[in-house]
Amino acid sequence: MSKKLLLEKAHVEGIRYFDVYRREGGYRSVEKALKEMSPEAIVEEVKKSGLRGRGGAGFPAGMKWSFIAKPEGVPRHLVCNADESEPGTFKDRYLMEFIPHLLIEGLIVSSFALGSNDTYIYIRGEYAWIVDILEQAITEAKNNGFLGKNILGSGFDCNIHVQRGAGAYICGEETALIESLEGKRGNPRIKPPFPAVKGVWDRPTVVNNVETLAAVVPIINMGGDEYAKIGVGRSTGTKLISACGNINKPGVYEIDMTISVEEFIYSDEYCGGIPNGKKLKACIPGGSSVPILPANLLLKTAKGETRYMNYESLADGGFASGSMMGSGGFIVLDEDQCVVRHTLSLARFYRHESCGQCSPCREGTGWMEKILKNIEYGNGKMSDIDLLWDIQRKIEGNTICPLGDAAAWPVAAAIRHFRDEFEWHVLNPEESQKRNYGLAHYADPIHVPVA
Amino acid sequence: MSDQQQLFKVTIDNITIEVPAGTTILNAARKIGGDVAPPAMCYYSKLEGTGGKCRTCLVEVSKGSEKDPRPMPKLVASCRTTVMDGMEVKNITSEKVLDARAGVVEFLLLNHPLDCPICDQAGECHLQDLSYEHGKEGTRYEFQRRTFKKHDIGPYIQLHMTRCILCYRCVFTADQLTKKREHGVLDRGDHAEIATFIEKSLENDFIGNVIDVCPVGALTDKTFRFKNRVWFLKPMDAHRDCPTCSGRVTLWNRGDEVFRVTARKDEWGEVEDTPDGKPGWICNTCRFEKKKTSDWVIEGPRLINRHSVISQGHYAGKVGTHMPTETFEAVNDGRKPKLLMDIHSVSEVNKPEVQLSLIDGPAHSKVFNQNND
Repeated sequence: MSKKLLLEKAHVEGIRYFDVYRREGGYRSVEKALKEMSPEAIVEEVKKSGLRGRGGAGFPAGMKWSFIAKPEGVPRHLVCNADESEPGTFKDRYLMEFIPHLLIEGLIVSSFALGSNDTYIYIRGEYAWIVDILEQAITEAKNNGFLGKNILGSGFDCNIHVQRGAGAYICGEETALIESLEGKRGNPRIKPPFPAVKGVWDRPTVVNNVETLAAVVPIINMGGDEYAKIGVGRSTGTKLISACGNINKPGVYEIDMTISVEEFIYSDEYCGGIPNGKKLKACIPGGSSVPILPANLLLKTAKGETRYMNYESLADGGFASGSMMGSGGFIVLDEDQCVVRHTLSLARFYRHESCGQCSPCREGTGWMEKILKNIEYGNGKMSDIDLLWDIQRKIEGNTICPLGDAAAWPVAAAIRHFRDEFEWHVLNPEESQKRNYGLAHYADPIHVPVA
Repeated sequence: MSDQQQLFKVTIDNITIEVPAGTTILNAARKIGGDVAPPAMCYYSKLEGTGGKCRTCLVEVSKGSEKDPRPMPKLVASCRTTVMDGMEVKNITSEKVLDARAGVVEFLLLNHPLDCPICDQAGECHLQDLSYEHGKEGTRYEFQRRTFKKHDIGPYIQLHMTRCILCYRCVFTADQLTKKREHGVLDRGDHAEIATFIEKSLENDFIGNVIDVCPVGALTDKTFRFKNRVWFLKPMDAHRDCPTCSGRVTLWNRGDEVFRVTARKDEWGEVEDTPDGKPGWICNTCRFEKKKTSDWVIEGPRLINRHSVISQGHYAGKVGTHMPTETFEAVNDGRKPKLLMDIHSVSEVNKPEVQLSLIDGPAHSKVFNQNND
């Protein structure tokens, strides 16, 4: 049983409400931070903890906080990115739905560290009922003196506002989120200037994921050094993984990043294996936009080492034979799943969600979807596969925001690892409509050259 | 260095120049000029906040600066990246840039209808120039191009959404020249469109400038629609005493008839500054209402880049230059060109004896038939 920091109390009866949460030891970190620590000390503590952004990019949170510009007389803002829209990721929803006060607590401490008197939670529009939960939690915190004016007599004022998005994946990108928060069309801004210098209403802003901000609570409670001891290497602390797909026990799991991928999929503590005795074919380990991996490369790296559930190990081998931790949306595909169809549905998603601001992403995502549709429905040509490769290559890295990359990577990885399945679709247009390619050789051990 | 502006040394395609700090790579390259200047479809130096969207101006930064010589990992949009001291930039000397740019051109043309033969912008279209200069021969797109529901945006401006490349220039124009913007981008992704919400007509005094900033034929002048091709017209600099704007315009004449009035455009296709240093935007009255030569004081012919189709066959007989002569025989030892087919044998309108630039008014079949009689 690995250590739980965030979800430890998630299933205590009534933890959603302030009284129970407080009784279970909640809001200790606020007392500690506001009474005993200076904002700089908190930032230092978060830096020491090695906490990495849980939204997908894995950028060290303490470092991000230290970048915030502090001009005289200009208010600063903390924005919580709760626009969790990545297909396969639902960890923030779980966190906010079950223990909203953990997020509020993390927000108060982080706001104090960053000097943000008005803190925003930008939540995706589809999480309509969670808005109510959060607002209730905020009111409760306010009534108990943890929000509002002069919190705990420290002289620090803080208000938290919940802002609903209108349901756009792109608004999870931090600059698009800021635009949307300002009431504009959610187009990503061109960086620089970065939000740390010019964010919401041109004021210095830090945008952090829900889980990152919630993780600040245990860091303050136990100390940064203690937190850094959990996990391995630069993957410190615990990570929420939302597992879904062909597994026996889909759900949100908190792991301490020391377990192997194999253990995560097959052990009863976590996913509990694949139903109906099927075999593992492929997996997307970090949310829809990270590269898909075939079973053999997922469980072992190209060098033949066991792959672990942490930032470094999942990225081992780069994009050629590795993937990314991403936002922790763990999607498992069994042998009955068709990778072409799967790639098509991702391409359709990215086409639908592209903001249309810059040309490669606007035009390229639609083009890829149309080609994939042809291949999937038996109208593909051999040259289409190379064309797909060329299109994704011309989108990747040439766009304003990472959505272009996110749209290109799944297609690139699918072709890189599952090219023969695409070719089979092209060569057997009729058969491919009736059955799928199956497991083929995707679970065979990879030949590792002797050094 | 309080008064003196700091100068940065920047090397673009092995040409080194000094520019003030804060200049973008694109503007530095424009100072060098020629092929070194990256093409720009969405950036417009006279409008704040434009650029970064079309990705045609991508360049490779092979050396970040003197202090931090690391190259930038990705290609950067030169219109929104400021130069650093000692920066080295590769534009046309970089394979990566040319490849990415050809890709962007293909993307831009993917859903473009390529209806140049019936488009009023043809001849002065930036997308045409871009695709000739940087594009590949054909497209690999085999699907239906997207279409849109038509929107009427008033008596002056014609919107062709299918041609739009979503550069957002017209949105910035309306934001910065008018009090209240009435049009904008609706929807997202490849079905994003320029439209008003809901069905309004654009009637601000300065809204006509969106026609000038549009790099393609998405926004064209309704009063000029299908009246003439730009290369049959003679651009003349002219001015009038206008109470609302500078009144400095280019008239597009044919004979004595004014077909179209636009702002004066510089070599980058942008509105030229007036002598007081402000961009020479013109008002709707000048643009749409004053279509008589007598309304204007004509200054003289406007200089047009000699590579532009607009400068072909201009002013023949009237203002002065001579007709271009056929040079094929002279350089080929008197051999005549082998033609597969002489267009004059089948065409009823394209008669060699009719000198198009000498006709007053639009050229239609009557002109040719009269000559036949």
